[in-house]
Amino acid sequence: MVQFFTSRLLQSVTILTIMSFVIFVLMGWMPGDPIDLMIASNPKMTPAGAAHLRDLYGVDKPIIERYLNWLLSALRGDFGYSRLHSRPVLDVMFPALQNTLVLLGCSFVLALSIGLPLGIFAASRPYSKFDYCINLLAFAGISIPPFWLALLLIIVFAVLLGVLPAGGLGVHSGAGGIWENLRFLILPVASLTIASVGSHTRYMRSAMIETLRQDYIRTARAKGLSHRQVLLLHALRNAMIPVATVVALDFGSLFSGALITETIFAYPGMGKLIFDAVMGNDFNLALVSLLFATVMTLSGNFLADISYVWLDPRLSYHRSDQK
Amino acid sequence: MLVVLATLSVSAPVIEGLLGVDAQAVDLFARLQSPSLQHLLGTDELGRDVLLRLLYGGQISLFVGLTAAILSAVVGTVVGLLAGYFGGPVDALLMRLTDGIIALPMLPLLIVLAALDLSKIGVPDQILTSDNLSLYRIITIVVLAGWTTVARLVRSSALALRERGFVLAAESQGASSGRIMIVHILPNLASPIIVATTLAAGNIILLESVLSFLGLGIQPPTPSWGNLLTNAQELIWQAPGLAFYPGILILITVISLNFLGDGLQDALDPRALDQSL
Repeated sequence: MVQFFTSRLLQSVTILTIMSFVIFVLMGWMPGDPIDLMIASNPKMTPAGAAHLRDLYGVDKPIIERYLNWLLSALRGDFGYSRLHSRPVLDVMFPALQNTLVLLGCSFVLALSIGLPLGIFAASRPYSKFDYCINLLAFAGISIPPFWLALLLIIVFAVLLGVLPAGGLGVHSGAGGIWENLRFLILPVASLTIASVGSHTRYMRSAMIETLRQDYIRTARAKGLSHRQVLLLHALRNAMIPVATVVALDFGSLFSGALITETIFAYPGMGKLIFDAVMGNDFNLALVSLLFATVMTLSGNFLADISYVWLDPRLSYHRSDQK
Repeated sequence: MLVVLATLSVSAPVIEGLLGVDAQAVDLFARLQSPSLQHLLGTDELGRDVLLRLLYGGQISLFVGLTAAILSAVVGTVVGLLAGYFGGPVDALLMRLTDGIIALPMLPLLIVLAALDLSKIGVPDQILTSDNLSLYRIITIVVLAGWTTVARLVRSSALALRERGFVLAAESQGASSGRIMIVHILPNLASPIIVATTLAAGNIILLESVLSFLGLGIQPPTPSWGNLLTNAQELIWQAPGLAFYPGILILITVISLNFLGDGLQDALDPRALDQSL
């Protein structure tokens, strides 16, 4: 177990290191030049001053050298300043991260608590009308363009009914209290939840159907257990193994969904931060927040791998060759 | 259930075909008309016919989806075949690469890729100044993200196939590796590749619309379903109806592709039902 754990960890760290370099190089290919941007904001800048700045930030050095310099200071905890926000990158990132985690956490829990039971019900009567309806809805959930769903929600609840705000985030303190803040969360959470409920339902359903084919289910039925008991006591536990893995994987990809949702609802989270940083040539901020998104996704995958082995003792720890 | 699925699988390409054909026919028709004659779905903020823009946009979106899906399938098949047939270090290297790409937060990275200044990487001017730049760019980007699923699927099937007797027979006749891969293994992979491509096409159309919606894909005035929605978002308070049509078309297309893929999967290989999920 320990060996498997460390080898996976090592693999994740390797991917992260490679990615940090790739993203660093990509940042260099973005439109605009960091020194030009600094000059533009300062009318008194002389050519000599610009040259001095160039020297100071080392932008003319080879890419490898610049990367290593960045890496060294990053490892010391210095990620540079955000150009758009004029504050250290981490100070900008943490509040956004907090907002995103609230958003993701809410919709993750909601999607699971709706999707898994639906999948189980559908699997308990496969190919029935009920199953067919759920399947259709799940497909609709997977196929719906997430940004369009968000737009529709805005149209119905903000434009036509006018009951919920179209975007933004309420003030954290004040007379309105918690309800005022929650109102801003409802639409983004709803759109993220609907977007992921479909795939949860499909995973759960197919895992459950697969499990119900097993011999021990027939044994359980032969013992005279009720349908419900067979389903919830015997089948569910085993069907949860692949589902847990896929769900952990999904948590990483939720980040992508959050980017769209946050951009449309103007919700001040990581996704919007990344989008604005990339669009606004804020290299330091874009670099660090992209890396952070990578870390989140990688840890999701890492957890998925670990949970897979941990939940199913039949598997050997060296499954990397058999996939 | 199977009958329903089969009917849907059959009708999905018909729906698709009708949409594609319609878009072209109507668009030629419109060039001869003055822009303010008949507006079945009203006009947008510049007085352009919404229906025609939709069909025009559909042409682009479907073209991008189809091209990118086929290209991803080609890249994925090549990688998967090489990895599955040769095994050993080739397999390890290619699959590590695939796993690494799968493990990344795709959308943020694609946004960075879409925002790159292409002249800094040395893309020839000929392409840079071409009108179709955003088209080429989005297809490339989507393919970069889309080939991994096909690659994994092809690899696992190729691994199993290469142990079969007919491969041994071909080897003993002195056939080269390339010949065995193309003539003997590839035809047997057709059904998983078709299924994976169909399912991928749906995702790719979604991805294209997301990127275009964020202003990074197809650039206006060329319409695509994604950037029509961007426009609609700005007018959401004046004309909420504008936001409805492009989205419902994307939804219909993607859902029929998903049903088609799912139906094909059931039809071609009942055992594979749970694997690709």
